[in-house]
Amino acid sequence: MRSLSALCLLLISITSHAETPQQIRQSYVSEAAAVQAGFTPSAKRGEAFFQKQFAINDKMPSCLSCHTEKPLNAGQHAITGKTIRPIAVAANAERFSDPAKVEKWFGRNCKEVVGRSCSPAEKADFVAYMSEVR
Amino acid sequence: MKSLLLLTLLGLALPAWADRLPLPSDTPASFKSECGSCHLAYPPALLSAADWRRTMNSLGEHFGTEAEPAPAQKKEIAAFLERHAGQGGKLGNAGEPPRISKTARFVRKHDEIPARFWHDPRIKSAANCEACHTHAADGRFSEHDIAIPELRE
Repeated sequence: MRSLSALCLLLISITSHAETPQQIRQSYVSEAAAVQAGFTPSAKRGEAFFQKQFAINDKMPSCLSCHTEKPLNAGQHAITGKTIRPIAVAANAERFSDPAKVEKWFGRNCKEVVGRSCSPAEKADFVAYMSEVR
Repeated sequence: MKSLLLLTLLGLALPAWADRLPLPSDTPASFKSECGSCHLAYPPALLSAADWRRTMNSLGEHFGTEAEPAPAQKKEIAAFLERHAGQGGKLGNAGEPPRISKTARFVRKHDEIPARFWHDPRIKSAANCEACHTHAADGRFSEHDIAIPELRE
């Protein structure tokens, strides 16, 4: 009985950092709504952002440079050639399930490809698109 | 009899050792997530401790990318790399910035690869071990496991 409760506690602690893409999107929506009243996320805007040519970085002018035009497919790192697992939730259930990881990669990739930090609204739209694209 | 069997097994295993570079059992998760997202989590034995130190001290500009991990992770990764680093004398000069692909060992091991292959879209870069060494992530670099048929021996 004691080991069962220990197991339950362990399982709870393991899963405590996991969130659903909806929860992660919602936290960006709340952040965005704080500066822009009535903000609602849009998968369509997220798609346009994903496909936009920012052209700040020669080797990675857009998200598509590594993630390809089809987010349901595996991508390839533009410089190293390493395979990147699909970014769409429908093709890769691990995507947008760890808030710290999501923030880390928005941080790195926005700076490198977009040339600045992405806004909470852009992040909410992006997560909406990647959660919905089929 | 049992020791003879062991000796025979060891003899059979030895030739394969040179191609086996599995990640050490104490590899921190941060090494795999921080270093292994953009390229293979390279076996630490492929660079000397001095070259790993130079690499870790220049992550703000890592081959054109800002790859600085959080301080605690950076410390953990640096200690791990230095713990398992290779011998500089055997590996050869890695250049500046240090590149595994510039060491004499790497060059010698790949000297039969025609230049055009390095620019093949399937390979893209010498950083992309897995393009040819399909089991590189498991530390298996055997020539028999090469994915590009023209290169297989």
